[in-house]
Amino acid sequence: MSGERGTVLYDVPGPRTRRTTLVVSVLAGVLLLAAGYWLVYQPLADQGELSMDKWGPLIDPGNELFPAVWRRLGQGLRATLLAAVFAILFSLLAGTLLAVLRLQLQQASARRYAGLPRPVALAARWLSTALSVLTRVFVEVFRGAPVVITIFFVWRVLPEVGLRPPDLSLPGLPMPSLMWSLVIGLTLYNGVVIGEILRSGMQGLPRGQTEAAQAIGLTPLQTTLRILLPQAYRIMLPALISQLVVVLKDTALGFIITYSEVMRVANLLAENPQLRNPLQMYVVVGTIFIVVNYALSRLAVYLERRVAQGRRVPALPAGRPAEATVTEAGAAPLAHESRA
Amino acid sequence: MDVIIENREAFLSGLLLTFQLCALAVVGSLVLGTVLAVMRISPVPPLRWLATSYVNVFRNVPLTVVFFLVVFALPTIGVRADFLRIPGLDLAFTRLGIDLPYFRMAIFALLLYTGAFVCEALRSGVNAVPAGQAEAARAIGLTFGQNLRHVVLPQAWKAAVVPLGSVIIAMIKNSALAGFFGLTGDLSATFQQLISARGQPAIPVFLAVAAGYLVMTVPLGLLLDRVEKRQAVTR
Repeated sequence: MSGERGTVLYDVPGPRTRRTTLVVSVLAGVLLLAAGYWLVYQPLADQGELSMDKWGPLIDPGNELFPAVWRRLGQGLRATLLAAVFAILFSLLAGTLLAVLRLQLQQASARRYAGLPRPVALAARWLSTALSVLTRVFVEVFRGAPVVITIFFVWRVLPEVGLRPPDLSLPGLPMPSLMWSLVIGLTLYNGVVIGEILRSGMQGLPRGQTEAAQAIGLTPLQTTLRILLPQAYRIMLPALISQLVVVLKDTALGFIITYSEVMRVANLLAENPQLRNPLQMYVVVGTIFIVVNYALSRLAVYLERRVAQGRRVPALPAGRPAEATVTEAGAAPLAHESRA
Repeated sequence: MDVIIENREAFLSGLLLTFQLCALAVVGSLVLGTVLAVMRISPVPPLRWLATSYVNVFRNVPLTVVFFLVVFALPTIGVRADFLRIPGLDLAFTRLGIDLPYFRMAIFALLLYTGAFVCEALRSGVNAVPAGQAEAARAIGLTFGQNLRHVVLPQAWKAAVVPLGSVIIAMIKNSALAGFFGLTGDLSATFQQLISARGQPAIPVFLAVAAGYLVMTVPLGLLLDRVEKRQAVTR
């Protein structure tokens, strides 16, 4: 990633190139600053968007509105995180169940049911094939439909057929029906996505894993649960964590169904006659999201490195150099080797 | 079923507008993403920093926030995405020329957001190119630009196709948010309008709208599966 550590795309710049780069960069920076001043700062200042009237309640602890605004934002943030945590837990659970179910159905529909009488065997095969197709359709519909539409559907449509999520608020911990609508909507989408991640992880494992498990007498279900699934979790950990970042970001869609998560709270606060600062609100809320998600993304990268090491080191014969990439020539793989 | 047949024109025009929105946003985000990717691997440190921070910001912020800022904040500094009124293009995409800026704003928000993901997909492709290729190109005296243009990017493209496709599929689904930010007449706005305002039976409407998105995403997904399988064989 960093140029210093030996990318192979270009020679390390010499003193003249470095000087040119510096001069051009400074000039470009000055130009950019000037453009930013005239095109962004000036219009904003003219509109009074940079005044302390608008920013003060958000960034100045001395401001009289500061505590109230941040208390509300804190409540919104808590509502966002609460919905995100539930959505993540349910998505993981639903995804795991779906992955196991789909794998079992696929295997069942390929089985011959040798010991059973012919009509029963045929019925069993037919049933498992039908269920397999049905789950496939379910997966494709909810994976292919936008998550906003799914959330809106859960919120507006399901209550019409009597499926309104209950209000499970505890004292001091509001968990209204709206939150569950959001959680269900997010779970329908992300559960399916996580299910596919896990399934492809299990199917990507070497066949020897399944064969060995069968050889020691495990049933197909035992094979999936005890041999394939744990490995799929491990291999797919980075993909899973990126999906969790997606869930957290998508929780912001709660404002569409009027759930008072942080976006909606910011929205309402911005309409308050004492504040009237939508732009500043969204910038602040956006920053909060960036900080939290960036931390999660870094965690994903870190885990990816660890998982990659765990897998690569034993498979790497001592003498063979690891593959180097274009932008990280040899640096990272060498570290693996020295550790191996 | 009657709902769908009665409102088929609304559905079809919604599908068309969503398709137009996606097509324009895809082109825009591919351009932006390529520029960002080249900046991220370039020899000029400030460009690398700039592109890296752009990607980090836009990958970690919810699209909702991007939409809020673009649709409600940009007009306060006088930006109404008029640069998207490209002469000639607004003949085919008539909504580009209309005074209400929501169609242009939706494209702008989507391409800003998706550009960051395109950049990452391309960079993963660049990383898949064996280092020897770039070294050989340098050894015969190609400059950074020539190296990228003639040696690295053509090969990176191959490895980047599948991740790029996933990014585009995600973008098509993300485009549904536009209907909640002032754009009228696309699939998701049609969905809300039919359900909220006219009180139509909702489940068929949901299935029809979902089908509208599936028509765009499923073929793309199947195509990607085929490309992926073929690549797995050649490797």
